[in-house]
Amino acid sequence: RRIMATVSVCKYYPGGFSFDNCKRNALLEADISKLGFSSPAARKTGTTICGVVYKDGVVLGADTRATEGMIVADKNCSKIHYISPNIYCCGAGTAADTEMTTQIISSNLELHSLSTGRLPRVATANRMLKQMLFRYQGYIGAALVLGGVDCNGPHLYSIYPHGSTDKLPYVTMGSGSLAAMAVFEDRYRPNMEEEEAKRLVRDAIAAGIFNDLGSGSNIDLCVITKGKVDYLRPHDVANKKGVRTGSYRYKHGTTGVLTKTVTPLNLEVVEESVQTMDTS
Amino acid sequence: MGFRTLYAEGRFWSHKPVNDCFCPIYILNPSFCCDYRFSSVKNELLPSHPLELSEKNFQLNQDKMNFNTLRNIQGLHAPLKLQMEYRAARQIQRLPFLPSSNLALDTLRGSDDTIGFEDILNDPVQSEMMGDPHIMTEYKLGVL
Repeated sequence: RRIMATVSVCKYYPGGFSFDNCKRNALLEADISKLGFSSPAARKTGTTICGVVYKDGVVLGADTRATEGMIVADKNCSKIHYISPNIYCCGAGTAADTEMTTQIISSNLELHSLSTGRLPRVATANRMLKQMLFRYQGYIGAALVLGGVDCNGPHLYSIYPHGSTDKLPYVTMGSGSLAAMAVFEDRYRPNMEEEEAKRLVRDAIAAGIFNDLGSGSNIDLCVITKGKVDYLRPHDVANKKGVRTGSYRYKHGTTGVLTKTVTPLNLEVVEESVQTMDTS
Repeated sequence: MGFRTLYAEGRFWSHKPVNDCFCPIYILNPSFCCDYRFSSVKNELLPSHPLELSEKNFQLNQDKMNFNTLRNIQGLHAPLKLQMEYRAARQIQRLPFLPSSNLALDTLRGSDDTIGFEDILNDPVQSEMMGDPHIMTEYKLGVL
């Protein structure tokens, strides 16, 4: 018999974020720090993500390390998220925020493109993202690099957690953005070829991986052109995990056997009961 | 399997200041109570999060802004007519204690075409709390 909780008069709460636990969390923070523990940290993607516009389209690049404070939470996470068949988005900041934000915008864009009957534009995705991030005043920690090719050509935007956006030919975001930007500033030129653009993005991400603690592991690339998307995961395994060269296991027969005695244990079945699982 | 529900037998809702203790049990008060979360005077006066107020009024503010723009562009009649339609659609509800889908309202607003956090988190259709049917209808009719 299931008892549903009934209250006498229940106001209608419309859904969405609920701020019930904020005061409780503030109290808990104070108490926990007095005891000497620390509250659990959100998983961030201390990251290097970048994008570049070349002759035929856009190349997006990202590293693959997700950190939880000082520990690597995921050695091979995917930071390039799908928004629509011609638009992809790299995400830095709180991992859950980037994941959920890009999924929501992807769903909205799909519904929108079904309404209009056209391929979605990068500017639409940009506008939706910046309006949502501004609405939450930066509490959604998602720094994004949005790139795609639509009817007006290739576009690349960078979107900050508070809702400001920039439309540029090359952008970098994340904790390793300075290292990656240094590589871009040195070697970028307009209208590059595809191979040159891929090499540039790969080198920029590698600079972030080797010079920033928050970025690491492999390099993922996503090459978007009109009508074709190449999702190269992993494009380059920059940090190969080491292979053990020796083994400490001893061969069978290393230790000589002197005597051997076998004692069978007679176990009687005393009681047998069957508990049916409630699968309703 | 039965489980122990703790409920207060008294008629008064105790407003205890939430400085040093918090009770994780839901107190089901048989007399009038509007909030099924634990409450205190301090809770209701100050917002617990900077976004709380702006999120509560977000839809209202959006509508106000849109109607103002519409009035400036198309004249007074356009927002009046739309607001009349909203008012009519808002009245299509089920019984007071049952959640209604608000389909007409969604279609008018255009939110049947969009997905936001209000569809994913805390969906009112999946809420585990329900108002007592008799008390809710009495409250709605003003008899309470």
